Amino acid sequence: MAQRSAEELAKKQRDISIAEFFEKNRHLLGFDNPRRSLLTAIKEGVDNALDACEEARILPELNIEVIQLGETRFRLIMEDNGPGIVRAQLPKIFAKLLYGSKFHKLAQSRGQQGIGISAAVLYGQLTTGKPASITSKTDKNSPAHHVKLKINTTTNKPDVSDDKEVAWDEKEHGTRIEIDLEGSYTKGRQSVDEYIKETAIVNPHATIIYTNPEAEQLIFPRATNELPPEAKEIKPHPYGVELGRFIKMLETTTTKTLQQFLTTEFVRVGVGTAKEICRNASLLPNTKPKKFTREMAEQLLKGVKLTKIISPPTDCISPITAELLESGLRKEINAEFYCSTTRPPAVYRGNPFIIEAALAYGGEQEGDKTVRVMRFANRVPLLYQQGACAITNSIQNTAWRSYGLQQSKNSIPSGPCTIVVHMSSVWVPFTSESKEALAHYPEIIREIKRALQECGRKLASFVNKKRRIKDEGKKRSYIEKFIPHVAEALQELIGFDEINSKKIEDDLCEILEHTRGELEEIKVDNPEYDAELANIGKEPRDNKKEERDEVKEEKMEETKEKSAPEKKIEENPEDKKEDKQKTLI
Amino acid sequence: MTKKNEIDVIAKITEIAKGIYGKIKLIKQPEIEMPIRSLNNVEYNSKDGYFKQLDKKKTRTLTASTIKTFAQTLRMMGLSKKLIETNDIATKREAYYVSKNWGDARFKEQPESDTVMDDIEAMMGVNREQIGFIPGEKGGAVAGKLTVIDIDKETDKQLNIDCTKFGAGAYSIPSSVEHLKFETNAKFVLAVETAGMFERLNKHKYWKKANCVLIAMSGVPTRATRRFMRKLSDENNLPVFVFTDGDPYGYFSIYRTLKVGSGNAAHINEFFCVPKAEFIGVTPQDIIDYKLPTHPLKEVDFKKIKDVLKNDPFCLHHKEWQKALKQMAKMKVRVEQQAFSAHSLNFVMEKYLPDKLKNSKTWLP
Repeated sequence: MAQRSAEELAKKQRDISIAEFFEKNRHLLGFDNPRRSLLTAIKEGVDNALDACEEARILPELNIEVIQLGETRFRLIMEDNGPGIVRAQLPKIFAKLLYGSKFHKLAQSRGQQGIGISAAVLYGQLTTGKPASITSKTDKNSPAHHVKLKINTTTNKPDVSDDKEVAWDEKEHGTRIEIDLEGSYTKGRQSVDEYIKETAIVNPHATIIYTNPEAEQLIFPRATNELPPEAKEIKPHPYGVELGRFIKMLETTTTKTLQQFLTTEFVRVGVGTAKEICRNASLLPNTKPKKFTREMAEQLLKGVKLTKIISPPTDCISPITAELLESGLRKEINAEFYCSTTRPPAVYRGNPFIIEAALAYGGEQEGDKTVRVMRFANRVPLLYQQGACAITNSIQNTAWRSYGLQQSKNSIPSGPCTIVVHMSSVWVPFTSESKEALAHYPEIIREIKRALQECGRKLASFVNKKRRIKDEGKKRSYIEKFIPHVAEALQELIGFDEINSKKIEDDLCEILEHTRGELEEIKVDNPEYDAELANIGKEPRDNKKEERDEVKEEKMEETKEKSAPEKKIEENPEDKKEDKQKTLI
Repeated sequence: MTKKNEIDVIAKITEIAKGIYGKIKLIKQPEIEMPIRSLNNVEYNSKDGYFKQLDKKKTRTLTASTIKTFAQTLRMMGLSKKLIETNDIATKREAYYVSKNWGDARFKEQPESDTVMDDIEAMMGVNREQIGFIPGEKGGAVAGKLTVIDIDKETDKQLNIDCTKFGAGAYSIPSSVEHLKFETNAKFVLAVETAGMFERLNKHKYWKKANCVLIAMSGVPTRATRRFMRKLSDENNLPVFVFTDGDPYGYFSIYRTLKVGSGNAAHINEFFCVPKAEFIGVTPQDIIDYKLPTHPLKEVDFKKIKDVLKNDPFCLHHKEWQKALKQMAKMKVRVEQQAFSAHSLNFVMEKYLPDKLKNSKTWLP
C-alpha cells in the first residue's frame, strides 16, 4: 500500500458536528431500538414540559398522544400548559443540540444537558425525513407561533420552515410538539404506558392525559394541587469543581480578586474560608483572577482540598417525600406491607442529594421471582439499563436475607416484594446521555444502601410477625386436629354420651384458646389500591413469558439492536388512523 | 395376675380418665402425672439388690405441643382397658397397628407407641402384661441341665421340657414365664451375650461338662428372659454367671440391666432383677491376661463410659466397676467374646471359662 503524507490525511480531517456525532451514535441518547426510541422521545418531551411548568409555577397538565401511522411509524403529539416559548428561542430549543438553560445551573430538574428534545427531533428527522412541528403560545392575548423545524446535522443549526402565527384559542399558554418517528409499541415493564403511569405516580401534582396507539385514553388526574417547592439554584461547591472548570470560571469571572472570586462564585465560601483556601494554596487573596496560570489554578485546587468547607445547602432539593412515594406504591401494588423512608441530604462531589426508598411486600405479588425494582431520578422513572445502575448495585449489595427475602450472593433478592428508590439532586450523575442509569459514586451507593436498610429493618419485623402468626395458625389447626381424639378417648374410657363429647371438645377449645391468647391477623387491606392503574402497561396474559425474560432482553438490547418485536395491529388500523388525523387537523 | 389385679388396673385407668374429665369440665388444663423413667429417678443399695424407683414425677399438661401425645396416651389407655375387659392381649406391634385406626392420632413408628405404653405402665406401676400388652420380641435360648415344667393349654396337663434334649437347638423362653416351674441339679446358670457363643458352648455340650444351665441373652435380655433367670435362680438357689463382650454396652446395658434393672422401667425392677448375677468376663483385665485381640473404642463407647461413671447409681456404688471402666478408657480398646478363638476355637471352653469360674477374684460385682 502506498504511503500517504500528513498533508493528504489532513484533507480528510475536519470538525465533527455534535449533531453528526449523535446521528451516528444515537444509542448514547437512548434511541437504539424502535421500542426504546419511542419511549425516549416521549420521555424527553414530558421531562421538558414538567420542568417548564414547575419553573413557571404552573400546575402541569400534559396531553400525550401516540398515533400509529404505519407498521413502524408513529406520530407523537405532546402538549402542555407551560409558560410557552418565545418565537426567537423556539428553533434553538427544539433543533439545536446542547442548547438549554439547565446545563449551566445547579438546580433540581429533570432535564440537564440540553440534548433531549432536540435529539428526539433529530431522530424523527433521520427516520422519517419529516420536520417536527411546534406551536407555542406565551400569552392569552397574543396568537401562537408555529414553526416546522429540522436540524442541519453539519452545522448543528435549526432549519426553519412554515414559520407563521396561528390561532390557538383553547390554550392560554403552552407548547405543543408533533414528531413523526420510527418506533415500536408494546406493553410491558419498559413500555410507554408503564413510563407514563410511573411518571404520574411520582408527580402527583400533574394531570396527564395519555392516548396510546390502541386509542385507549388513560387519564391520570392530579392527586394534589401543591406544586413541589421551587427548585432553588445553587452555585457550585468548591469540592465538586475540577481543574478545567476552575480555569474556565477564573477566565469568565467578573470579580477582581481571588478572594472575591471564591466568595461570590461558590456556595459555602465566606471571607474566612476564602482566606483559608488562599493560605492553603499559598496564593495571595488579592491575586487577580485574570492573571491565573494553569499551575496557579492547580495550586488553588490543592488548597481547596486542604480546607474544611461545610457541605452545600440542601434546601435546594425537593424530595417526593416518603408519604407520597408510599401512597403511589399503594395505588400500584396490592400488598400486605408498605414502608418508606427519606434519607437526610448527603453530598457527592459537592452536589447535594437526597435518597428516598419505599417497598411493598406480600399480597398479590409473586414470591418465587426476583423482586421488582422501580428506579426514579428527579421524579423521572428509569426503565432501561437496570443492570448498569447504582441503585441496582446497592440493592444487590444489601443483605436482604436478614430482612426476610431470599438472596443469593450479590444479586437481586427474590420474594413477593417491590423496591422503589428515588434520587433527587441538583445534578443527577447518569452513566450516559440516555439518562437511564445512575453512576456509581460511593457516597450515592452508601446512601441508597442506608435507605434500603431502614426499609429492610421494618420489613424484617413485619416478615417475622407474619411468620409468627403463620406458626400460631399451624399450631391452632394442630390443636384442633387432636381435640376430637382426646374427647373420643375419654368417652371410651368413661363412657359418656354424644352430647358430652361435643361439650368436651368445646371446653378443650376454650382451654387451649385461653392459654394461647387472641390470634392476630394480617389481611391485604389497602383501600388505595387501584387495580385499573396497576394493569396499565401490563402485558396480556399470554405474553407473560416475555415479560419474565425482560431483564435478559434488556442486556441484549444494550449490546446490539434487537429486531422489532411483533406488533399488535388493530383490526382496522387504517380507519382509526384516518379518524385520528381528522380530529387533529 | 389375679382377677383382683385386673379390676385394680381398670379402676385406676378410669380414675385417671375421670380426673382429666373433671378438670376439662372446670375449664382447667388437664394433666397426667407419671414417674420419671430415667436413672435420675432410681436409687441402688446392695441390700435390696435392684434399682428402686424414687418418687420424682413428670406432669404432662395438655398444651399445643403435648396434645398429640396426650390424645395418644388416652387412646392407649382406652385400648388397654378394652383388652383387660375382654381378657385379651396385644403385642406391642399389634397395639401399634391398632393405632392406625386413630386417624391423625396414629403412631408413625412403633418406638412412639412403645414409649406411650411404657408411660402408661409406669403410671399404673404394673407390668405391661397386666395392662394387656405383651412384648413381641423373642425370649432367650436355654440349653443344659434343666427341666422346665410348663402346662399344656389345651389339656391343662403338665409338660416336662428337658433342656438337654434339643440337640443343636435350644428351648426358647416364652413371653410369659410366671407359671413355669423348674427341676434341675445344675450348679449354676451361665448367661452369655451372643447367640454365636451359645452355639459353640451348646454344640460341645459345655453345660454337661460344667454341670450348668446355659442361656443366650442375645443382647439386652428381654423381660421374660430376666424374669425366667430370676425365678430359676431364686427357686433353685443357683448363682448366675454372666459372660458378655468386653465393652461398655456388655457391662452396663446387658449385665447391669439384668442384675439390678433399668431406669426406664424402674417400677418393675423389683421383680425382674437378678441380684444373684455376677460378672465373670470379659473384663478389661482379661484383655491383658489372655492377650486378646481388640478393637479400638468408638466415640459412643467413650461417651457411655463417661456417662456411666457420672450417673449410674450401680457403678457409683461399686468401686470395682469404676476401676474397670477407667482401665478400659485408658486402654482405649474393647474386646468381643469370640476373640478367644485367636488362641484356638475351643480355648474359651477349655481354658478361659474353667479358669474364670475357679477364681472369683477376677469377677466383677
